[in-house]
Amino acid sequence: MRMGERTFSTTNYLRPGLRFPFCPGCGLYALSDAFLRAVFELGYDDFRKFCFVSGIGCSSWIPSPYYLADSVHTLHGRSIPVATSIKLLRPDLHVVVFGGDGDVVGIGMGHFVHAARRNTDILVIMGNNMIYGMTGGQVAPTTPLKTRTTTTPYGSFEHPLDAAKLAAVAGANYSARWTTAHQKELRECFKKALQMDGFRFVEVVTQCPTAYGRRAGFKNVGEMLKWFKENAVPVAEAEKMGKGELESKIVVGEFIQRRRLTLVESVYAVLREAQKNA
Amino acid sequence: MDNKNGTRTFLQGSEACVEAALIAGCRFFAGYPISPANEIAEHMAAHLPKVGGIFLQMEDELASIGAVVGASWCGVKAMTATSGPGFSLMQETIGWAFMTETPCVIVDVQRVGPGTGQATKCAQGDVMQARWGTHGDYTAVSLCPNSVQEVFELTIRAFNLAEKYRTPVTLLTDETTVHLREHLVIPPLESIEIVNRKKPKAGEQVFFGLESVAPMPSIGEGFNVAVTGSTHDEKGVRFTADPVTHRRMIEAINNKIRKNLDDIVQVESYNIEDCKVGIVAYGITSRAIYEAVEEAEKRGVKVGYVRLKTLWPFPEKPVQKLAENSEKIIVPEMNLGQIVNEVKRVAGYTEVVPLNKIGGGELITPEEILEKILKETK
Repeated sequence: MRMGERTFSTTNYLRPGLRFPFCPGCGLYALSDAFLRAVFELGYDDFRKFCFVSGIGCSSWIPSPYYLADSVHTLHGRSIPVATSIKLLRPDLHVVVFGGDGDVVGIGMGHFVHAARRNTDILVIMGNNMIYGMTGGQVAPTTPLKTRTTTTPYGSFEHPLDAAKLAAVAGANYSARWTTAHQKELRECFKKALQMDGFRFVEVVTQCPTAYGRRAGFKNVGEMLKWFKENAVPVAEAEKMGKGELESKIVVGEFIQRRRLTLVESVYAVLREAQKNA
Repeated sequence: MDNKNGTRTFLQGSEACVEAALIAGCRFFAGYPISPANEIAEHMAAHLPKVGGIFLQMEDELASIGAVVGASWCGVKAMTATSGPGFSLMQETIGWAFMTETPCVIVDVQRVGPGTGQATKCAQGDVMQARWGTHGDYTAVSLCPNSVQEVFELTIRAFNLAEKYRTPVTLLTDETTVHLREHLVIPPLESIEIVNRKKPKAGEQVFFGLESVAPMPSIGEGFNVAVTGSTHDEKGVRFTADPVTHRRMIEAINNKIRKNLDDIVQVESYNIEDCKVGIVAYGITSRAIYEAVEEAEKRGVKVGYVRLKTLWPFPEKPVQKLAENSEKIIVPEMNLGQIVNEVKRVAGYTEVVPLNKIGGGELITPEEILEKILKETK
């Protein structure tokens, strides 16, 4: 890779004639930017070796149809099973899933846990804005306690889910969480995840000023990013903290990194075995 | 398989289905355990890997049909098999397959419903679900076998129609038909017609929404194809605000089926030019009509029938013809009346009489049909 001779330009990766439809101040611009830069820094000048799969929601719109790539825009919550067969039939491609928290760990939770268990060789990037943004700001499984949303006008009364931890426990090879206020870390995290096999999960806590920030009492996007920065606690530090102390914190960093037998390896071992005896 | 002169064998319906799928070129199967469709998955798990195909048992039916659609976009013929409750769970994704024009085959082994019903018993209650199970405007294709031989033939045909018209096709079978063991003749392989989807040439950019059926690229071929279940233009780019784009797309994906009924619709018919009583039947129930017709004729009643091998699109023309040439039409079904309303829709002034039986997997017998014929002609 001759880094000096290449310059990063989003035009190599975006479908011409289209513009991202996200609200002003949306964190998904930054999320996509970190991903594209990671792809560039790994030496890919286009998406020929990639396939993107997404569900329904704002995060799912990042690749579909905006990335100049093969992209499959599935139903709400169903991206992971679709990505699973694509990866098994095209193991030579990077199969990357984009989805929101509602898509991946709300309606799609079953697939998420099973893909981590199988160690399916896909990278799942979850933009966690802690809200159902596209539908107007309803409470999500990731919404912090006591938050006002359109369906919790008296404050959210359910405990939020720790998706990055869940992926690690369920069997993923890699699981990490960063926020849109951690661009450098996020880019490095994407690069690392793209170079690994098995199930890789990157949760990106991202600001939704329109559907979350307004009602939760944030005056502007800057305040939300400040909130992310000031409340981010590295994994190692979080382990020393009590449960009560962590309630309003965002634990960032890597939750797991390991080398476990992956689904592609297992399925192709079965194929070789079956054909040997056929 | 060495079968230069054809192979005569003795198989269960489920095995015939798997044999046929493999011959049709199916190389991906994903499913979830459910009675009475399990044997199909089990045979697939054993045989698919031998020919280099991938079998996956997924976490549920939503994942199974999702994986099937994903596989199809990799250029691989793909199938799933399920029964009523699983078929219900798959409906949203079947709609997505219609919208994305994805060839795939869904085998629905009907059992008694609704709800959990009688999980291991035969029924024909999913007829309307196969037609209208998902939301929106689409034209479903469903094939309905009544023997092990026909499970074999219609499974291959299901793949061929799916590939030719880029659409999901349901093989609407039932508990008894897939559990039957009968003689099956597998014809010489070179005599079996296998249809493969039309592929785009390098540089082509129109992949959706053509009545002539647009060519289908595969993932990883460099076409940068955008696949979406949202309203989209011919290139696949999502465009949900415009009524014209939606109408054009939906009319095209319906017309590609509706304008090819002569190719898609198949029936077996008898005496439809001239009879006193007509019968319209399908699937396992239609096995009882042969003996009933024979017995009725012995008693001097001339009976004609149309047996629906294609259930959807509904074979209007042959049923209309039967109605024109008979005084009454009897429609035996193992439900409380589903296809009977389609028959009424096209029968004009000819009286249409239902003959229904549900529960316990008890089939409609030749005697019951004969009794109905004699009663209606008294």
